Amino acid sequence: MRRAYFKTSWIAALLLAPQLLIIFVFFYWPSAQAVYWAFTLEQPWGGGNTWVGFDNFRNILADPYYWSSVRVSVIYAIAATALAMGMSLILAMFVDRQLAGYKAYRVALIWPYAIAAPAVGLAFRFIFNPNAGIFSYVNTVIPGLWDPTQIGWQALVTIILAGAWKHVAYSFIFFLAALQSIPRSLTEAAAMDGARPLRRMIDLQLPLLTPTVFFLFVINITDSFTDSFGIVDTLTGGGPFHATDLMVYKIYSDGFRGFDYSGAAAQSIILMVLVMALTFVQFRYVERRVHYT
Amino acid sequence: MIERTPLLNFATHVILLVGLALVIFPIWLAFVAATHDLRAVNSAPVELWPGPHLWANMQEAWVLSDFGPKFVNTLIVAVGVVVGKVTLACITAFSLVFFNYRGRMLIFWLIFITLMLPLEVRIVPTYAVAANALSPFQVMLDATGLTGLIETVSGIRVALEWNLLNSYTGMILPLVATATGTFLYRQFFLTVPDELVEAARMDGAGPLRFLWDTLIPLSKTNIAALATIMFVYAWNQYLWPLLIITDRANYGMVVVQLSDLVPDQFSTGGGTPTWHLAMAATLMVMLPPIAIVIFMQRWFVRGLINTDK
Amino acid sequence: MAEIAIRNAGKTYGKTTIMQGINLDIRNGEFVVILGPSGCGKSSLLRMIAGLEEISSGEIAIGGQVVNQLEPRERGCAMVFQNYALYPHMTVGENIGYALKVARMPKAERLAKVAATAQSVGLTEFLDRKPGQLSGGQRQRVAMARAIIREPKVFLFDEPLSNLDAKLRVQMRHEIRRIHNQIHATSVFVTHDQHEGMTLADRLVVMNKGTIEQIGTPEEVYEHPASVYVAGFIGSPAMNFLPGRVDDSRAAVVLDDGQIIPLMSAIRPAAGQLVQIGLRPEKLSLAPLGGGALTARFDFAEELGSGRLYHLKIEDVPISVMAAEKHSFGEGQTIGLRFPNDAVHVFDGASGLRLDLHPAPTAAMVPA
Repeated sequence: MRRAYFKTSWIAALLLAPQLLIIFVFFYWPSAQAVYWAFTLEQPWGGGNTWVGFDNFRNILADPYYWSSVRVSVIYAIAATALAMGMSLILAMFVDRQLAGYKAYRVALIWPYAIAAPAVGLAFRFIFNPNAGIFSYVNTVIPGLWDPTQIGWQALVTIILAGAWKHVAYSFIFFLAALQSIPRSLTEAAAMDGARPLRRMIDLQLPLLTPTVFFLFVINITDSFTDSFGIVDTLTGGGPFHATDLMVYKIYSDGFRGFDYSGAAAQSIILMVLVMALTFVQFRYVERRVHYT
Repeated sequence: MIERTPLLNFATHVILLVGLALVIFPIWLAFVAATHDLRAVNSAPVELWPGPHLWANMQEAWVLSDFGPKFVNTLIVAVGVVVGKVTLACITAFSLVFFNYRGRMLIFWLIFITLMLPLEVRIVPTYAVAANALSPFQVMLDATGLTGLIETVSGIRVALEWNLLNSYTGMILPLVATATGTFLYRQFFLTVPDELVEAARMDGAGPLRFLWDTLIPLSKTNIAALATIMFVYAWNQYLWPLLIITDRANYGMVVVQLSDLVPDQFSTGGGTPTWHLAMAATLMVMLPPIAIVIFMQRWFVRGLINTDK
Repeated sequence: MAEIAIRNAGKTYGKTTIMQGINLDIRNGEFVVILGPSGCGKSSLLRMIAGLEEISSGEIAIGGQVVNQLEPRERGCAMVFQNYALYPHMTVGENIGYALKVARMPKAERLAKVAATAQSVGLTEFLDRKPGQLSGGQRQRVAMARAIIREPKVFLFDEPLSNLDAKLRVQMRHEIRRIHNQIHATSVFVTHDQHEGMTLADRLVVMNKGTIEQIGTPEEVYEHPASVYVAGFIGSPAMNFLPGRVDDSRAAVVLDDGQIIPLMSAIRPAAGQLVQIGLRPEKLSLAPLGGGALTARFDFAEELGSGRLYHLKIEDVPISVMAAEKHSFGEGQTIGLRFPNDAVHVFDGASGLRLDLHPAPTAAMVPA
């Protein structure tokens, strides 16, 4: 821990004030508000909110659409995460061999990080479009074989691919950094022990990457619960027939299109708890990491 | 290290090229679509090589989406978020690391927790706050009975209101209200050796002087990294502007504009989907953050890794 | 005038006391070295003088003014840090002149002073470099220059040479002494290296476990170590210690194996008192069996070039002997050990304090 401090505490307070004020107004207050709304119901003709206990939650949990939204979100989260991480892990391991063109590969795999989710959604909407993209060809051979605007599972596959694609760059950056932080002497020792490059990947690099894998897994899952809004909105609009109605999208459509603030707030609370649980797991892990390295 | 693995090297290149193709292919298709006209882009099989209409499509999409003012708006918001975040994160982390006061850990955790809940999760109530950013204080005044007290004493009914809908401030402030940058700075500040602080104190420099003369010059890399990350983050915002900017003509952001270009029943009225324009617009919207990430790659990668670990 | 007076100073962290009862007077212009192993509190003491650490009890005065509550910058001290603590983003010139800039000295005057100071430590041609481009020795000089330029009343050095290689360390040692002789500022130098302490100090302060064991000139500390601890800490190779008991005549000590060491008449311990006999390796010499006051078993010898270091044993107590002459004894051979009578140091077996009738001359300077 640090031992050298400055003393003037009014300066410390002054420097701290703006951030505290902003997070109070835009973080803590809304979060508390969400809790309040989740347990109350707005009167149709004004007159404030009445306390309804867990009614909002009961309504949501009794709603088959909500459960379908949860199911879709979980499938999306796991599939997109697995795809993105698997691909970025393989790419990072081979880029890490630092053959000719290493820097070009690296740049080419990093820049997709900068692409906005809605832009990804729109591009994928075009590519997987039944009438114009590559798949129009499939449909000229067997009409109606591919149509994500009508067939639910195909729409889900499309957003999974788009989501995975968007997250490859992020995971790649972390995997590559982790690989490059493996001390050179370790690789050399393994080489002296007779391990060839592929063998080293399996025996040395993969095990040493476990913490990163875990970290990225949690981050990607969390992100796929929250960051997926832009993709869904431009790619499928939650359809067809709620097939891609992810939780965050449903909160938006119930809250701002259906004007059901209380229902949306209750859904927000559930999502918050979920995200916080995931983040908590990650913090535990971060803490452990701090202690052991 | 001398190691001859020609086969594996070959395989490595093959794997990397395939991976690269998978990553670039979607963008390539979008790019190709942006270079063809309406007829070509809707014909099957799909075009794989660029056509001659890129410039024309971009011009048309630019006009159609009214991109001129929207790029300016997006730039204003992105720069606002960058400047706000860099400044705020720096002074907050400075206070947390270089001073020792009671409740420091509590404040640290209060800020840390904001990392847990992204804006999207608490979008509904945040929207309500944006409609009147002073409502928390009004509610507190009402609840504590102060409103009534002030009214009886001064005869003035306190009604605080600050509507942030359709404003740059409303766009920027909630995006600044998280701890990402604070932690990047904190990580860096913790690596500053105690002796440097002590040397500054021996030299007679007070805290602000030390921050300005020593820490800020030393954290240039951090600033670059954080600025890049925040620029991309702010530029790519979608849900938040979609909600609070209803006056798109004056305050619209480019990324939100993309949702209007989705060629569905609404936009084409059942006509042929204008994919070439949608893709041209997508390319234009993507370009600034991509350029910045590539240009700032070295710093940005380091920063990203330090923020989240 | 910048004499430093430390009265009964102590330092506690929470419930742990790391230093207590420190009394020390440093005269104006004196070079005092605080010597001790790591963790003995010497750095804390220095940092308390600097104002970088708070004083938990007692008081510290500089130039007659109690400074307990003063900020570092108000104390008129300059400090050279162990890792130099140079500002990495500033040039050498900016580093040296930073304190003057903070003090708002006009630029022209400041630059002139920086140039003059740099000249005095031989840094003129490096003024525009960044610390990262300098060698260890050069960085050390920048740190020195940064301290000198402020013309401080007091110079504080926190193990400033420990990051340098052996050769450079000797060179910088001379440099520091040279500068001190030039500017005669009161200097306090903290180190764990006894050679630095012996060569630099006007007076040595030996610390152990948060207390001062002895204060004295290097010679006094070497010749009359006040305790077993000081005796073992100063001198290389370290002093040999033999446990024993004072016999009934009170004029000799009987070692555990029955051998007898006569005492100088000045020392009169109580009969039967347990003591430690201290013998410096460089005061001992070897002789064939029967040729010395003691007999010992020969173990092995180390060639040092300038001499030899012989390792012997008395019972199980290892004894080392520094001698110039060459002997060729076999391992396990019993031989004689010779030493002048006045080479015998006697310490109390329980307290470890010196049983010497002439007290350490510096003790009188420590107020009760």
